[in-house]
Amino acid sequence: MTGSLLFDAIVFLLGAIICVSIAKRLGLSSVLGYLIAGVLIGPYVLGFIGEEGEDILHFAEFGVVVMLFLIGLEIEPKNFWNMRKSIAGMGGLQVAGSMILSYLFFILLNFDWKVALVISMAVALSSTAIAMQTIDEKGLMETTFGNSAFSILLFQDIIVIFMLGAIPLLSNSDSEAAIDSHEASGNLLDGLPMGYQTLAIILSVVLIIGAGQYLIVPMLRRVAKTGVRELLFASALLIVFSISYLMEYVGLSPALGAFLGGVVLSSSEYKHELESNLEPFKNLLLGLFFIAVGASINFVVIAKIPLTIGGILLAVILIKALILFSTGKVFKLKLDQNLLLTFSLAQIGEFAFVLLSFAFQLNILDQEQMDIMLVITALTMSITPIISIINERFILPKIGTKESIKRPMDHIAKSQNVILVGFGHFGSTVGRFLRSHGIEATILDQDSNRVDVLRKMGFEVYYGDATRLELLEAAGIAQAKILICAIDNPPVTLEITKLVKEKYPHVELMIRAQNRNDAYELLNMGFENIYRESLDTSLSLAKDVLSKLGFRKYTLNRQVQNFIKYDETSLRRLAAEPKGNEDYIFKVRKELEEQERLLEEDFKRGIVEYDNHWDSESIREVLKDQQNNNSSSTN
Amino acid sequence: MKKVLVLFAHPKFEKSRANNVLVNYIKDKEGVTFHDLYEEYPDFHIDVPFEKKLLAEHDVIIWHHPMYWYSCPPLLKQWIDMVLEFNWAYGPEGKALSSKICLNTITTGGNKELYCTQGTNSYTITEFLRPFEQTANLCLMHYQKPFTVMGTYKLSDEDLKIYGENYSMLIDQLQSKEAIVTT
Repeated sequence: MTGSLLFDAIVFLLGAIICVSIAKRLGLSSVLGYLIAGVLIGPYVLGFIGEEGEDILHFAEFGVVVMLFLIGLEIEPKNFWNMRKSIAGMGGLQVAGSMILSYLFFILLNFDWKVALVISMAVALSSTAIAMQTIDEKGLMETTFGNSAFSILLFQDIIVIFMLGAIPLLSNSDSEAAIDSHEASGNLLDGLPMGYQTLAIILSVVLIIGAGQYLIVPMLRRVAKTGVRELLFASALLIVFSISYLMEYVGLSPALGAFLGGVVLSSSEYKHELESNLEPFKNLLLGLFFIAVGASINFVVIAKIPLTIGGILLAVILIKALILFSTGKVFKLKLDQNLLLTFSLAQIGEFAFVLLSFAFQLNILDQEQMDIMLVITALTMSITPIISIINERFILPKIGTKESIKRPMDHIAKSQNVILVGFGHFGSTVGRFLRSHGIEATILDQDSNRVDVLRKMGFEVYYGDATRLELLEAAGIAQAKILICAIDNPPVTLEITKLVKEKYPHVELMIRAQNRNDAYELLNMGFENIYRESLDTSLSLAKDVLSKLGFRKYTLNRQVQNFIKYDETSLRRLAAEPKGNEDYIFKVRKELEEQERLLEEDFKRGIVEYDNHWDSESIREVLKDQQNNNSSSTN
Repeated sequence: MKKVLVLFAHPKFEKSRANNVLVNYIKDKEGVTFHDLYEEYPDFHIDVPFEKKLLAEHDVIIWHHPMYWYSCPPLLKQWIDMVLEFNWAYGPEGKALSSKICLNTITTGGNKELYCTQGTNSYTITEFLRPFEQTANLCLMHYQKPFTVMGTYKLSDEDLKIYGENYSMLIDQLQSKEAIVTT
């Protein structure tokens, strides 16, 4: 260990990159890759990181916090309320069941009742980080399983506050230990009587909600107006940091605080922007977290009492799996969904680290008990991805319902089949027309003022830069059928359309082009649905001019259709022709040449005489001759 | 004096010599509303309430159009489909057009000899107009014999002038008629 921060960072990043890419190559989840990377660089294999492992774990827990903030963002308060039954029902059943069974198990192992109780609390909690990461990676959030897992994890995140509150009550009233814990956690409220603690907790929740409405959103608006993208990222971090700090200060779970903050901001127009800013950050931090878990597996403890560890490990997973499966049964999950739920939540979660070390500080647990439980926690986390693989590869195919059953999303903001990028003069007309036909497109726009106004008018509009894949993903591009690109900036249009075509080839792109030259470029890139903004309008104007000059409206109407058809064919024909050197200086001249060429062609082809049905001179002549012949022959 | 509504349907009016003459004779007459459908609805988007109001205000309805494939141009068919609504123009409650006078003014390129049992077209104009006649009947209107201008390609300017005067006279008659004798 050199102690250099840069060296540590290199070790972490290299470990992550190598192990995760190997895991991905083998079709395993990235979580497993991170965990293995942690084991490898940890103190017992390569020894790159030693005692700092625990510090890193503490820091990396911030990844969990960011994740919960992002989860919160996905949940609008209304939907959260709709989910209350499954959160309280499934979560309550799971936590209660797991606690009772594991309590009995540890009592059987001759543990003290207090120790057994603390451990059973830890055992009841699953790892939000691991489960959600896996669910996200596999895109199962919208399934019954995804919903159930989410409800249970959410309940656990809430209940952990009460657990942390209850543990001091079990403490052996050792004054020295109590002071220790005070020093260690540094909470504001430890010394206060219970009533004040509760009050402070309620106050801080109210504070978060109030700040969200009256402080954060106005701040984001102001920041958005500056147009500096990294300021929005900074704001996102500031929000999460502040909330976590506040929650830690009053002794609540920072993860829960972040979740709450997310919920408060979920109905704001900056939802997708915040999401896309924090998403990469979250993933890296979570990766760090998994590496830290891997590194913290204490192989010395395992080597000392392998059988005990193995026995408890097996028992814990069996107990959790049994309770989860029964919970799934009670809530009538289909077998495949239930198995997914059972195996993906059957580990002990990251909160166990917190609960166990807290209990250790309060002298409830001794060093050996804590070491054993920490190792088991890390091991259950590491085993989860492996169990999931076994479940998916060997068990689920046997029961024949490999496909996850989709059901309409009921708690996450509906992602639409149509995404409309750019809600300016062009896009808004499109959007309004779609809306009047019951098609609500998800709208992305970069003008924060316009976003404000539109949201007030009840449109689902999000602020953000659509050239960023994360934002498009947050807006549901993966499920979208059609993306309408209605922005008036050709380079940006190219960037978006290229990106979508490459990453989401199933999405049909309808693209606004400013003029022929844009259209040429888009056509040559293989896009088909191109709409020159000026074509219809200019023809409509020309049509009205001719009508005022005495031409018949119906004829003009048909000529306009003819012209559009003719012009589209010629556009496609000309796009294929080499355009030569597109130097900017020559562009104007080139355009003029092009126009001249088109006009000449129009003139030669005579499109205005195109429409020759009925009453054309030719028919007239033929009929005249025929009738003359007839009459002369009869005469 | 009865009010006359001329529902004129000609996709290529600017090219039609015969119809230009006919229309010039009648479009500015007192009590005549000349309603050029292709000019009014170039996109075939017919304003039905407006059309119903127009019909209600008039006593004589003339479908004035060239003979296209033994029928009317598509916009007039569209007009019939859209405007003559059930329980307004026909059906148990459909009395809106009842006892109005109705007829077709027809121009054809082919001459009269083509429109008979011996001619290329096998049937007479009146026979080809049966769908219009029955439409009028169903709407409780009194259907009159059509005013026809045939062999338009061959007609001289003088001939056309006579047709124009006749058309104008027909409208005078229709306007002054007290009652229509139903057969």
